[in-house]
Amino acid sequence: MSFLSYLISGISLGSIYAIIALGYTMVYGIARMLNFAHGDIIMVGGFAIFTVVSTLGMAPLLGIVTAAAVCTILGVTIEFVAYRPLRGASSLAVLITAIGVSYLLQNLALLIFGSNARQFTSVVTMPGLKLAEGRLSISGETIVTILVCIVIMAGLTAFINKTRIGQAMLAVSEDRGAAALMGINVNRTIAITFAIGSALAAVAGALLCSTYPSLTPYTGSMPGIKAFVAAVFGGIGSIPGALLGGVILGVVENLSKAYISSQLSDAIVFSLLIVILLVRPTGILGKKINEKV
Amino acid sequence: MKKLFTLGLTAAMVASLTACGSGSGTADTTAAAGGETSAAGAEAPAAGGEAAEGETFKIGVIGPLTGPAAAYGIAVQNGADLAVKEINAAGGVNGFMLESNAQDDEHDAQKSVNAYNTLKDWGAQVIVGSTTSDPCIAVAAESSNDNMFQITPSGSAVECVAPDNVFRVCFADPDQGTASAVYIGEHKLATKVAVIYDSSTTYSSGIREAFVKEAGNQGLEIVADEAFTADNATDFSVQLDKAKEAGAELVFLPVYYQEASVILKQASDKDFAPIFFGCDGMDGILTVKNFDTSLAEGLMLLTPFSTTEESSKAFTEAYVAAYGIEPNQFAADSYDAVYAIRAAIEKSGVAVDADYSTVCEAFKTAMTEISIDGLTGAGMTWNAAGEPDKAPKAVKIVNGVYEMQ
Amino acid sequence: MMKVKKNKILIQNGITYAMVIAFWAVIQILSAGGHVSSLMKGLLVPLCIYGILAVSLNLTVGILGELSLGHAGFMCVGAFTGAFITRCMEASIPSVGARFFLALVVGSAMAGVFGILIGIPVLRLKGDYLAIVTLAFGEIIKNLINVMFIGRDSRGFHFSIKDSLSLGLEEGGEVIVKGAQGITGTPRAATFTIGVLLLLLTLVIVLNLINSRTGRAIMAIRDNRIAAESIGINITKYKLMAFSISAALAGMAGVLYAHSLATLAATSANFGYNKSIMILVFVVLGGLGNIRGSVIAAIILTALPELLRGLNDYRMLIYAIVLIVMMLFNSSPKAIEMRTVFMEKVRHKKSESAAKEA
Repeated sequence: MSFLSYLISGISLGSIYAIIALGYTMVYGIARMLNFAHGDIIMVGGFAIFTVVSTLGMAPLLGIVTAAAVCTILGVTIEFVAYRPLRGASSLAVLITAIGVSYLLQNLALLIFGSNARQFTSVVTMPGLKLAEGRLSISGETIVTILVCIVIMAGLTAFINKTRIGQAMLAVSEDRGAAALMGINVNRTIAITFAIGSALAAVAGALLCSTYPSLTPYTGSMPGIKAFVAAVFGGIGSIPGALLGGVILGVVENLSKAYISSQLSDAIVFSLLIVILLVRPTGILGKKINEKV
Repeated sequence: MKKLFTLGLTAAMVASLTACGSGSGTADTTAAAGGETSAAGAEAPAAGGEAAEGETFKIGVIGPLTGPAAAYGIAVQNGADLAVKEINAAGGVNGFMLESNAQDDEHDAQKSVNAYNTLKDWGAQVIVGSTTSDPCIAVAAESSNDNMFQITPSGSAVECVAPDNVFRVCFADPDQGTASAVYIGEHKLATKVAVIYDSSTTYSSGIREAFVKEAGNQGLEIVADEAFTADNATDFSVQLDKAKEAGAELVFLPVYYQEASVILKQASDKDFAPIFFGCDGMDGILTVKNFDTSLAEGLMLLTPFSTTEESSKAFTEAYVAAYGIEPNQFAADSYDAVYAIRAAIEKSGVAVDADYSTVCEAFKTAMTEISIDGLTGAGMTWNAAGEPDKAPKAVKIVNGVYEMQ
Repeated sequence: MMKVKKNKILIQNGITYAMVIAFWAVIQILSAGGHVSSLMKGLLVPLCIYGILAVSLNLTVGILGELSLGHAGFMCVGAFTGAFITRCMEASIPSVGARFFLALVVGSAMAGVFGILIGIPVLRLKGDYLAIVTLAFGEIIKNLINVMFIGRDSRGFHFSIKDSLSLGLEEGGEVIVKGAQGITGTPRAATFTIGVLLLLLTLVIVLNLINSRTGRAIMAIRDNRIAAESIGINITKYKLMAFSISAALAGMAGVLYAHSLATLAATSANFGYNKSIMILVFVVLGGLGNIRGSVIAAIILTALPELLRGLNDYRMLIYAIVLIVMMLFNSSPKAIEMRTVFMEKVRHKKSESAAKEA
């Protein structure tokens, strides 16, 4: 029974990783950049919800909508100010700029909200489930997280495959130059990608802070890195890959905490990543890149 | 183009070098510019400005003001700041005023040494810091080399006070662990005990080790001994599940209050309600913003400080008025550290313009002779090894406030 | 033609060495006159450490062309090996200098061995995948060291990954590596002069490597792997060589770090991925493949947050903004274009005024 309990909380953790990983993977697929500031957008989302719900006392749903709006605007602004001027520059330059943005967001949050941790009030009001005569309890947050993750995956896949904007995204990720020649506004498409990724980060922030109720200016950085690992794990650029990578990562992390060592869980997760990449150099569902001579 | 950039960088380097080279002058102006650091407020000598330089006794404060551990460093900064203001408002010490300057170390040993050196340039005569253990050990080696008096509010690792010029206000880690085990054993709170600790901090692993060592002597059975690391300090579901399954009646949490608040929340979500028992790092849990204090109901902790005690009421009120949040044990420790410095100045009668080495020599003996009624203990005294002599008090949270046991 | 080029390289390298030596000399003169602040004095060794780290990482990123985010991991290996050696040999080698030297040799060698061990499987990966694997490696190292306990008593060494109690030491035994608390009590033997000497050694190794047959082979792999392979360059050998040399030099910087502080713990702040990224920032801002740039950028960016201390709370915020603006100014295609136009104009004016004078 305890195994099931560890497994379910692992899947829930993995679902959060998966939603964050989506942001990484979409941006990477389309803009070919590692957006290291993505984790900190989660943190901004968390603070937005906290401000609306706990400080102003409004409804949780309004909090999530506000956070999504704030994060979307923030994401698009960052893209416009910091990343767009570097289009065409080396990917390393963009990476370093993203790190600069990450420091900037953390330190802004530190100045505005202070360093003391806040306890986050869960946005989930659903009661938990008790199965097997109370020996297995599943919290409301866990159920909602898993459901939200499935809905987002399905929605996003439909969006990319069925809408014009989604098709434009695919085209830009395949070949930016050719897409531009076909009349696709590349800059706008990339901005939309950032908007979606950031809105998802807000949702991830809500779920992350509801399940692990602690909010500080540094809340987003470790989940951000883990989600990045999840994205690479599943094959960066691939949306189902992000789901798969996230869930595997979450489950492995939780099970190794439970059965091997709670201190070495990170080492185990990272070792697994290395092993997977050695067997499949572009991740589980990553596309094989053929080298041209 | 590369050349232009390199040239620019070189120019900047030369500029920075000369800025560094001009030494203490630079440090002074920056210190004066920083709002919080300028001492004394209204009660400072009317002369103010440059004239104050010769007339104030300079206390350097070191702690993490940014980064994940910033909550602790900022509390130390505020506590020292408040004490300095109070002492100055009451007319200073031996006819002169105190001045404090806090420098950030980001909870990193090397940055802490940099902060220490910055303070030395500023003209610090004594150091209050570092806030956290590892940086404190690194700074202690430097200060003992320079012979600068250092009192750490909260550097609790054994090695922090190894040099003879370093004293501390808080307890040493092993003492807390042993005291906790003894308390639990003597009061027969439980026999099946689980421990959840942060293996990535010196503080937590130090207490836990002494606790586990002593537990056997007290007839306690450790049924679960689970660690977490700073990188995983928000998810405790596995550790709690294990403790629950092992049938723990008491969970010992030698961790800081920020993590503890999450542990309590997650335990309540799991309907796991043993006795939770913490150490001085647990103090402050009621100050966590938006924390549902009912979760902490029945929580016990061994702490030298509590905000509800009669002796700390005035401090708590002044602190809340000045900084907008409730003080925690870090703030109280550094407040006491500044008062210890005041007592040492009075005892030794050092001059306001004495150099730090003279101050240090005078303080080494003065510290062992003074006794202060601090927030973290009445009649605190120090031995030559730098350890304070004070008794931890056991408190229990009842109806959202501390109740002495 | 060949000779001219060779001379040019010699001059360029000479400038780099001279710069470091001049920096050393200036500091010596200033400090003899008492003009160097304590802060600057305390920063001197870290500046050398970060200089070495930046130069060695440039070998991987700039010369070999592979993105590594695990440089702090190699530094960590070197630091802990070095500190361990120094603490263990206390009884058998009383001289601190000799132990420090031994620590430098063993620490660098150990980091180099790790470089080879990691490099063999990992260098098959490319680009961002290599980056994430090296990042993972750095985190694994940090994580492992945090659970490692090594003690010593009359029966020899004891090892545990649980705690120091389970080492089962006899009375009088000593715990050397204490998990999260790491190693304390390492003698602070690192001085600015030693730091500069090691920085010079790093420069000699890296610059000579670059301008050798090996270096040209490595750069050929960077520029076009397939072409390089087709003319018979052993890709794996040269990649591994560059990677492990880079790792060994990082290990050397780690030993220097371990001997500059009284405490050594593997925290996220000093050996985490953030540190690796910080070193990468030095390399990118200094210019990929530009060794001198790496040294300068490392010095400035290490000193910058310290010099900004006067800004108190806004310090790290300003640092972040400076970083972004520098990147935009330095790498944005538009900014580069603007600067080129500007430079053209200046040149044009110069030649005009020169023409007038004539």
